[in-house]
Amino acid sequence: MAEVDLIIIGAGPAGMSAAAVAARGGLQVLILDEQPHPGGQIYRNVAQNRCKRGFLGQAYAAGADLVDALDHPHITLLTGATVWRLDKGPQVTWSRGGKSQTTSAAHVLLATGAQERPVPFPGWTLPGVMPAGAAQILMKTAGMLPKDAVLAGSGPLLYLIAAQMIDAGSPPQALVETQTFAQMLGASQHLPRALFGLPTLLKGLSLIAKIRKAAVPRYTAGSGFHATTTENGKVEFFFRAKGRDQILTCDLLLTHQGVIPGTHITRAAGIAHKWNAAQGAFQPEHDLWGATDQPGLHVAGDGAGIGGADAAAAAGELAALNILCQSGQLSTDTRNQRAARARAALFRARAIRPFLDVAYPPPAEILSPTDETIVCRCEEVSAGVVRQAIREGAQGHRQIKTSLRCGMGPCQGRMCDATLRGLLSEGKASQPISPPRARSPIKPIALGELAALSPPQEEPA
Amino acid sequence: MNVASRFRTLPETGDRVQFTLDGAPASAPAGVTVAAALLAHSGAWTRQTVKGAGRTAYCMMGVCFDCLVEVDGTPNTQACMTLLREGMTVRRQTGLRDLNGGHCG
Repeated sequence: MAEVDLIIIGAGPAGMSAAAVAARGGLQVLILDEQPHPGGQIYRNVAQNRCKRGFLGQAYAAGADLVDALDHPHITLLTGATVWRLDKGPQVTWSRGGKSQTTSAAHVLLATGAQERPVPFPGWTLPGVMPAGAAQILMKTAGMLPKDAVLAGSGPLLYLIAAQMIDAGSPPQALVETQTFAQMLGASQHLPRALFGLPTLLKGLSLIAKIRKAAVPRYTAGSGFHATTTENGKVEFFFRAKGRDQILTCDLLLTHQGVIPGTHITRAAGIAHKWNAAQGAFQPEHDLWGATDQPGLHVAGDGAGIGGADAAAAAGELAALNILCQSGQLSTDTRNQRAARARAALFRARAIRPFLDVAYPPPAEILSPTDETIVCRCEEVSAGVVRQAIREGAQGHRQIKTSLRCGMGPCQGRMCDATLRGLLSEGKASQPISPPRARSPIKPIALGELAALSPPQEEPA
Repeated sequence: MNVASRFRTLPETGDRVQFTLDGAPASAPAGVTVAAALLAHSGAWTRQTVKGAGRTAYCMMGVCFDCLVEVDGTPNTQACMTLLREGMTVRRQTGLRDLNGGHCG
């Protein structure tokens, strides 16, 4: 017998919107999130930042509505709760405050979101080099502003962070973008469709206008990234742009090349995954409601394929409506009727994606980094060593992992899987590469905590 | 190596929390994570890898595990997933941990 109707893993836009819809529809909902507050990364600390840190912008502040909607008698929100196992049933095993427990549910919605795409280049492991999104988390959670930073990479988040830094009075020293004129030109064929998401497009243009107005130097088609640190800890950032070698000295080098779905939990759950070539990432397969091939498991939000916060909230609503229907709370007709608004919102939110995917692709030099570049940060394995193993016959993620320990550290491949795939596909673009296996525990857990866990109760025969 | 913080912390009113880093007193605003407190405190490394390379907190969202430090005697604690509390003892880590939490070369 299930202890709750629905467990939602992840309190970002998808999870929060699904929780509100499911609870209002009559289901008992448990939301688990590993961060201290609901919001996900996009709306991180949004309720704590009410009426302060206005530089984060209106689109961010709007996320507070989703947090407010969690205040419902049928919703239990547990923060600081890390899910590390998902069994058939479904049963969710999670750790909180150093203690683990297992909870069964009729349905589980996986809304675990995305992570920034790893951006490997020589020097990306040095103190002072961070993902731009990580710096944004510090702005949201601690009021910490990057000092004299260079923003490097590509994608809309880079513009948003630059604009937030400008509004906060700590503008970036420079913007070094990797996208080329040819890529922007190629993306222009997707502009007509992007017009369905006009507000998003206009917001992007206003961010770029703000960066221009603040006279932040911009380099485009930047390549050959390489960083070192000086004796006093400054970062020296070397790259090529405008036809010559460039050096910028800064306190922080903030990199970004878009986000990719976090798929450890969906892979460990045995859900089928497919390669999304346009987004350069694996994603779990699902139908129009987020239902997967595993009984009782739905997916929604960026963890199911990158679409952004608005798309995630709409997908969360659709998944919740489907779960309400499967639970007998809604007829199929009512489900379909009520889904119309969310479907339209999802369409609008996704309209700009094809344009963004082509305009801001991750460059070849991070997908297939130079030999001296560290690929696996945990075990300090370089691209050259991986290439040598591949030349010697290593096939697939698993053989690389067992022979080199690449992906065997505490991050469990989260920082190297994407790069490893790039190295494995060098010279054999047409050959399909399966996603790496993921197994429980999908986050490291202390042995003592594991030992203290009572085994799941068997159903009486 | 003494490296100035790479961040400027906004002057916001509110309580501050006292902690120690490798035995030396330090403080940070209440409500931040240990990783944020360490990055606000200094720009220098907070963990050294097996090969001796310096690292600081990287992803800030529990993904990369580069922020591992010893907190109140517990090694390999994710600083970015741990809220700073009054009187916390934080130690930087070098090399591998052994199972008892000590250092093993």
